[in-house]
Amino acid sequence: MTDPVPVMELLDAWKIYGAGEATVNALAGVDLRIFAGEFVAIMGSSGSGKSTCMNLLGALDRPSKGRYRFRGVDVGDFDRDERALLRRHHLGFVFQSFNLLARTSAVDNVELPLLYQRVPRRERRQRALEMLDLVGLAERADHTPAQLSGGQQQRVAIARALVTRPAVLLADEPTGNLDSARTHEVMGLLADLNRRQGITIALVTHEPDVAGFARRALWFTDGRVARDGTPAEVLG
Amino acid sequence: MILWLTLGMALRAMVRNKLRSFLTVLGVVIGVGAVICMVHLGESAKKSVTDQIASLGQNLLMVRSGAGRGPGGARVASKAFTVEDAEAIQAQVDGIVVAPTASANTVAVNGNTNWPTNAQGVTDEFFTVRDWPVTAGRRFEQAELRGGALVCIIGATVHKELFAGEEAIGARIRLGRLSCDVIGVLASKQSMMGSDPDDTILLPLRTVQRRLAGKDDVQMIYVSATDGGTARVQAEIERLLRERRRIKDGRDDDFSVRDMREIADRVTGTTDVMTTLLGSIAAVSLLVGGIGIMNIMLVSVTERTREIGIRMAIGARGREVLLQFLLESALLSTLGGLLGIGVGLGGSYLACDKLDLPFVVVPGIVGVAFLFSAAVGILFGFMPALKASRLDPIDALRHE
Ligand SMILES: Nc1ncnc2c1ncn2[C@@H]1O[C@H](COP(=O)(O)OP(=O)(O)OP(=O)(O)O)[C@@H](O)[C@H]1O
Ligand SMILES: [Mg+2]
Repeated sequence: MTDPVPVMELLDAWKIYGAGEATVNALAGVDLRIFAGEFVAIMGSSGSGKSTCMNLLGALDRPSKGRYRFRGVDVGDFDRDERALLRRHHLGFVFQSFNLLARTSAVDNVELPLLYQRVPRRERRQRALEMLDLVGLAERADHTPAQLSGGQQQRVAIARALVTRPAVLLADEPTGNLDSARTHEVMGLLADLNRRQGITIALVTHEPDVAGFARRALWFTDGRVARDGTPAEVLG
Repeated sequence: MILWLTLGMALRAMVRNKLRSFLTVLGVVIGVGAVICMVHLGESAKKSVTDQIASLGQNLLMVRSGAGRGPGGARVASKAFTVEDAEAIQAQVDGIVVAPTASANTVAVNGNTNWPTNAQGVTDEFFTVRDWPVTAGRRFEQAELRGGALVCIIGATVHKELFAGEEAIGARIRLGRLSCDVIGVLASKQSMMGSDPDDTILLPLRTVQRRLAGKDDVQMIYVSATDGGTARVQAEIERLLRERRRIKDGRDDDFSVRDMREIADRVTGTTDVMTTLLGSIAAVSLLVGGIGIMNIMLVSVTERTREIGIRMAIGARGREVLLQFLLESALLSTLGGLLGIGVGLGGSYLACDKLDLPFVVVPGIVGVAFLFSAAVGILFGFMPALKASRLDPIDALRHE
């Protein structure tokens, strides 16, 4: 490895829900390192803890036990506001259900993260338009989500996640709501961004096809990483 | 900068739901409108009363005999004043101008037009004390005053009724059995609580006493305090008159010295109480309006949980979400306040027009209402905004 410090590193991370008899170990000691420039697919059966793991990596949540290091900095104990700032400046999210602001144009949606970064208006608009151009939606900048197809909406969401030039793009089942043609459209874009721009991507998926776009895959079983390797190895 | 951006977001959210925004702030509109309307009507009424009283004359005291009220509320008859009393007051109290008057009811006749009116016998000081100029013709000459000449100055109403507003100077009118020459016309005065001060004819005091009333009584002595302070003058006149009328210590006065400003204060005091009362009722409706805003903001937070989740995932901190919702409700209520101010001012203007009151704008209360409506939004928006800011981003994102 050229870069010895992983972008994201989970060390014996646990996530325990509930109390007493009814506790659920959503994560039961996950050890995981993702390095800059990687494209990792996270797979596993339903309830195996994939989303929980993504929430930790995305600093939306904190581990019950264990460490989370982001670029070597221990962020496991960050409070709400510190985690918000971490997300603001270093992380980009793509969700299964797109999660664009309704009745808000594509370009305004893409601008939103820059707004919280207090980027001046003109620069905001310019960078948002550049991002939309990158995902191939330059001429749809003024369309609202209702006027876009699912694949287009997800591309807008990717543009929004990447407009702040984050260290990592995290995606929880980004193609879960798309048909196979749209899935290829979106995954092609992500693979391209990873290859050409070196953007680090971690995505959760159920589909072997989708995992095939990644260069590394993790298989979760009962809140642990059971297998780690190339998609072919892990799925094999 | 974030404030402006958030304000922009808040504005957009409001414009998106125009009808709902309007209905939300209706309570505030009505509340502020009612407060503004009440206060302005109160102030206008007050202004009208003070204007009327000021038009009587500056720093005016009115001295009359028979002030005490006997059993049953009847005026106790007492010895009338004479010109000597007036002269004594003028001589012994500093800084005043005294104008004794006598009056008698009469019917004025010009040709074949009759007009029942009030004849007032006055001295030259009357015009100064009552601050009442002659618009045409002239005042009485010293010789006319001394000799009780048959000359008169007519009020504006009499001028209108007897001469249809045409030239009256030099005409001869009859008052009962007397005929007198019209030498002047009085300026028109503002009507005083329903009575018309212009419906009068002025004659020399002596003329009224001798020829119309048939006695030397002086019904009313007007006193103007030339240096402004009426309290001292009032006290000194009271002391002097008690002495002259030999009223023993401990006995009530059998005359009255009334300060017009005091009467004005009493009337405006009543108006103030009414204004405060109505204003506080209106303030309650503002409170109700605030609760309406809180209700809608709570609904809005629930409806927009997913949006809040997205914003948090993107990096919004709790305080930024709080600010956004707080600004939204403050903006709503402030706009409601502005609308209410417009409605209130418009309403009170129309009402003043109808009631024939002078319309006054009270900038202070307009400012207070504006700030208050903004405060209502912040106060009642705080709880919903706090709720929004404390949402868990994961839960919020999952919200349907
Ligand atoms: N907030 C929560 N409270 C209680 N239990 C939870 C909570 N969130 C997740 N869990 C539990 O943790 C386990 C892991 O959930 P997670 O959502 O991470 O699964 P997943 O791998 O993403 O599944 P899927 O493929 O269906 O999305 C599940 O058993 C789930 O019931
Ligand atoms: Mg999941």
